[in-house]
Amino acid sequence: MSCLLVLPIIVPFVAAAAGLLFRTDFERQQAVGMGGAALHFMVCLGLLFHVCKNGISTIQMANWPAPFGITLAADHLSVILVAVTGTLGLCVMLYSKAEIKTGMIAAGFYPLMHILLGGVCGAFLTGDLFNLYVWFEVMLMASFGLLVLGREKAQLDGGVKYVMINLFSTLLFISGLGLLYGMTGTLNMADLHLEIQKVSDKALLTAVATIFMAAFGIKAGIFPLFFWLPVSYHTPPVAVSAILAGLLTKVGVYALIRMFTLVFTFDVAYTHGLLLVAAVVTMITGVLGAAAYNEFRRILSFHIISQVGYMVMGLALFTPLALTGAVFYLLHHMIVKANLFLISGVSRVAGGSFELSRLGGLYRSRGFLALLFFIPAFSLAGFPPLSGFWAKMMLIRASLEVEAYVVAAAAAVVGLLTVYSMSKIWGEAFWKPSPEPMHTESPAMGEGGGGLWRLLPITVLAVITIVLGFVPGVFLDLAAQAAHELLNPDIYVKAVLGGV
Amino acid sequence: MAASLKHRREWIARASCVLPLGLFLGACALVPATAADGSHRLSLPWIPELGINLSFMLDGLSVFFALIISGIGFFVTVYAADYLHGHRHTGRFFVFLHAFMLSMLGLVTADNVIALFVFWELTTIFSYLLIGFEHEEAASRKSARQALLVTGAGGLALLVGFLLLEMISGTYEISRMIPQASPIGAHPLYGAVLFLIFIGAFTKSAQFPFHFWLPNAMAAPAPISAFLHSATMVKGGIYLLARFHPILGGGGAWTCTLMIIGAITAVGGAVLAMGQSDLKKILAYTTITALGIMTMFLGGKTTPSLTAAMTFLLVHSLYKSALFLVAGIIDHQTGTRRLEELGGLLRPMPATAFAAAAACLSMAGFPLFFGFIGKEIMYKGALAEAMCPELAAGAAVLSNALMTAVGAILVIRPFLGRSAGYPAPVREAGVFMWCGPVVLGGIGIIFGIVPDFVGRWLVGPAVHAFHFSVEDIGLSLFHGINEPLLLSMLTLAMGLGFYLTHRRLFQWIKSASEKIPVTAERVYDGCVNGVGRLGRLQTRILQNGSLHRYFFIVAAAFLLSVGYGFLSRAQGFPEVVPPDLALRQWLWVFGITAAVITVLVTRILLLAICALGVIGAGLAILFLSFGAPDLALTQLLVETLTVVIVSMILFRLPGAGSETKGRLSRRLFDGLLAAGSGVLVTTLLLAVLSTELDRTITAFFERNSYLVAHGKNIVNVILVDFRSMDTLGEIVVVATAGLAGYALIQNRRRE
Repeated sequence: MSCLLVLPIIVPFVAAAAGLLFRTDFERQQAVGMGGAALHFMVCLGLLFHVCKNGISTIQMANWPAPFGITLAADHLSVILVAVTGTLGLCVMLYSKAEIKTGMIAAGFYPLMHILLGGVCGAFLTGDLFNLYVWFEVMLMASFGLLVLGREKAQLDGGVKYVMINLFSTLLFISGLGLLYGMTGTLNMADLHLEIQKVSDKALLTAVATIFMAAFGIKAGIFPLFFWLPVSYHTPPVAVSAILAGLLTKVGVYALIRMFTLVFTFDVAYTHGLLLVAAVVTMITGVLGAAAYNEFRRILSFHIISQVGYMVMGLALFTPLALTGAVFYLLHHMIVKANLFLISGVSRVAGGSFELSRLGGLYRSRGFLALLFFIPAFSLAGFPPLSGFWAKMMLIRASLEVEAYVVAAAAAVVGLLTVYSMSKIWGEAFWKPSPEPMHTESPAMGEGGGGLWRLLPITVLAVITIVLGFVPGVFLDLAAQAAHELLNPDIYVKAVLGGV
Repeated sequence: MAASLKHRREWIARASCVLPLGLFLGACALVPATAADGSHRLSLPWIPELGINLSFMLDGLSVFFALIISGIGFFVTVYAADYLHGHRHTGRFFVFLHAFMLSMLGLVTADNVIALFVFWELTTIFSYLLIGFEHEEAASRKSARQALLVTGAGGLALLVGFLLLEMISGTYEISRMIPQASPIGAHPLYGAVLFLIFIGAFTKSAQFPFHFWLPNAMAAPAPISAFLHSATMVKGGIYLLARFHPILGGGGAWTCTLMIIGAITAVGGAVLAMGQSDLKKILAYTTITALGIMTMFLGGKTTPSLTAAMTFLLVHSLYKSALFLVAGIIDHQTGTRRLEELGGLLRPMPATAFAAAAACLSMAGFPLFFGFIGKEIMYKGALAEAMCPELAAGAAVLSNALMTAVGAILVIRPFLGRSAGYPAPVREAGVFMWCGPVVLGGIGIIFGIVPDFVGRWLVGPAVHAFHFSVEDIGLSLFHGINEPLLLSMLTLAMGLGFYLTHRRLFQWIKSASEKIPVTAERVYDGCVNGVGRLGRLQTRILQNGSLHRYFFIVAAAFLLSVGYGFLSRAQGFPEVVPPDLALRQWLWVFGITAAVITVLVTRILLLAICALGVIGAGLAILFLSFGAPDLALTQLLVETLTVVIVSMILFRLPGAGSETKGRLSRRLFDGLLAAGSGVLVTTLLLAVLSTELDRTITAFFERNSYLVAHGKNIVNVILVDFRSMDTLGEIVVVATAGLAGYALIQNRRRE
């Protein structure tokens, strides 16, 4: 059954290739895209159940034993993220049915989307550092293609900045990779865990660890490396924003978590201390950045940064509870954030703009949409009993346990400022009377219908948020299991390399 | 059709009063049990992973609150259907109202502090939604958000306080914290816990300096003000203080803080109430006063003062909710809530007038009304305190006297006197509207006559739930002629004085309060605006749209963090061994160096591109000379393509050809950064190269490439077999790049 590990990567690639076969037949391409996403969703969930039942699964690609070939390894952290990726992929594909028009299908929306999903799953599942680099490249190309889909001026501007800064991350990643290989002679992450203990030059090791921190920090969007994010996320079609917002930075966070629990734990006081400082500043700058804007998607974009801060904080505190909190935060955040972006799209259709000043009246005219916004928004703001509350509570608690009171205070204050932002959107877009009366009463749910295709995925994600909030136990168990594996890398190493 | 639909909706709304009624009857049924033998616990596991259970405790205190919540909830529900009068969002209103009520009941019965916190925040959310009920008014939206942010901030403090408390005591259950009161009190974090929980309680219960959100919350419809913002939600903080009294209370810090904050809030609220002319604002400020009095008495530790807090809580809930409902009726029937526009309502509105009179007499503390009992016990409590009884008694007398005057104003000015000119003839409100205030006012009279009963079944069990003494709480009609009675007389006399001068006081307080330079609300506004301003400032500095700046910051962050990490740990500088190169290799090295310098100094772009090509080609030849032909071939191909493509693009760009020079300082910083990064990376590379490479994997490839994988070119075998997954990924990358590029071009053609 370990071939199940390959499927979350291969299924989207096959779907992408199949989509390209129907370049001119838009309906069929859409059908293939959705079918592929549905299948992907199922294999992702299948993998989740498989790993929950049987523990860490691995597969050696081309059957070369680790560490000589490339290993795919799925531990709890990986499969949780893969499962969320599958879920978001399907939801966004459903939404795209209403939003993505023939021009964008012709430009390759569906294949690009699938390639992105495959790349993300590859990054979550690979147990090889160079292979991770390859998946980063896949994601970068696919996300660039998606970002400039539609070719608006702002999109190109954002897209170019996005690629340039991310290429810098690529450069750092490959440099770090080369240095690390030079020191250890291996690329397999589990093997790296063992080999790195033999390296005597701690100064060099610290430098390499910091290079990786910077490379993945750019991807994750931590301070002061996040600039690519706010310039690009508000420009593409909403379906694209939503999937990028849900997935991309989280791959960076994942890579940080993986490397700084499995490989770089030789000097936790320094590396994780640095991460903690970065995390706190990230939280604060992100939330302040959001306060500066009055545009739906820009506000949401900056909140991604601030919440990445929370997740990195969980990693940096490096205790079981903190990592459990970080993993739960990832899970919660991906669902909630993608959903909020999707909702921003519905609000735009209903109100004609992403600008809060031009929106209004949605509470009155679209009660159900208002409810659907309220759930993820207040979950993001950390109100109980929604999912964000448990995530935040665990992280605050974890920081209190290690007497990091300043960190706990920052986490609490940032929570309050998130309430500030969410209540700003709620007050402006939903409560305020509509400044343009023609929009509120018109039934223009989708340009040419499609209201259900928009509301269905949003409703599903909102329900998941509620379930995560009201019965978090199951998910906390998963997250705790993931944290346990992360803090005891021997489990992972043994699964990959056998009984060493 | 529409009318009947509206009618039906109103009846459904009214019928939903069976929910609070049922809960009220249920709570009544619990009274004998809790009064007799203390508490009953019920615990359901919720998140055992985190030690969080949905555990509830029913004791005298929770039942006391539950009775108030469900009882007043019942009358408010009955009242609200008529008050809203077919409002568009009637449905949402009642959903929020009942959801609030259930959350509030959860708050006062929860034993697990996290469960308590969940309900606490839920009440904040529903309060937000209800204050903003008239959401198209800018003032409503602003007030709702203000309440949300202020109580939300308190909520976060409370959460941290609870988490600390759990870390000290090892349990989230309040009932299990109580036996640990003394270790908690001795813990070094006790002060922090106390502070955080106080912030939570003070924001919720509108204590100074967080009081300002409450008067603004009067943007909510009258039934909401009656229910949430006088009778129940704002008492959440009082509940919290009472609940944690046995765990945290009794010490000097507890007593001093609560006494001082409570006294300031009580007197300040009462004074400000005299400066208002809007009925609801007057009521809001006197609510602040009442909450201040309760806080002040919860600071004490004797039975009389705690009894005073609980008794006054009941007194206040009854009369204040009645008065808010009355204010709502007046607004609803006359269209105004301003004192100066009202008068002579007694004749058209006798039932409302009765309710108002009963409630105001209770508020003023006239004998035979329940308010009198409350005031007596208050003075008794104040005088019984060991710590500065004069302060407590003085604050209580002063604020009570002012409330007496307010009570008089509230009855005399709208109901007596000459009828003001109303646009339409004023009629009595419907029975569903006036029945609530009449009954609530009436209860104030009944309780005033049978205080022993109230003491035995309601207040007594509530006090004994958090104050473990067997002492009788001693509520009775007449205690004989003693100090409290004299103070009561003094209060009434002062109240009369205040009433007689109230018009002058009004002017005086109004103009004085406008002159106060720093108010808590202005601080709040400053913070809210400040956050936005700070955010914009930060954006101007960091996110200014210039790719150059982004790159500079990212690269600087790289250089500083990696450089510091390396240098701070380096044991001396790494040994640099000059590489062992042949002469022709050295020539290429110099060639590459010359090309680099050309790139840096030239202002002709084409030359720069060509020089870049030379660098790449030079590297390729170096690779070749080290015996890596595959690598060299790839490198050459890439370099050639890059030069061709980049020059093609550049010649199509308008205005391309030469580079514009930046400012000198900027170029200097850029140069330093680039040089620093280059030196750092080179140093790291040299350091790594000086170590022995572990060749285990290379050796494996060499061994198996031909024998097992059947390939003579080891590079090819690595690419298509050992690491074929990488190659698959790279193929996808190339294909994707093609796809994305094609999409860009294709769209352009279409246009």
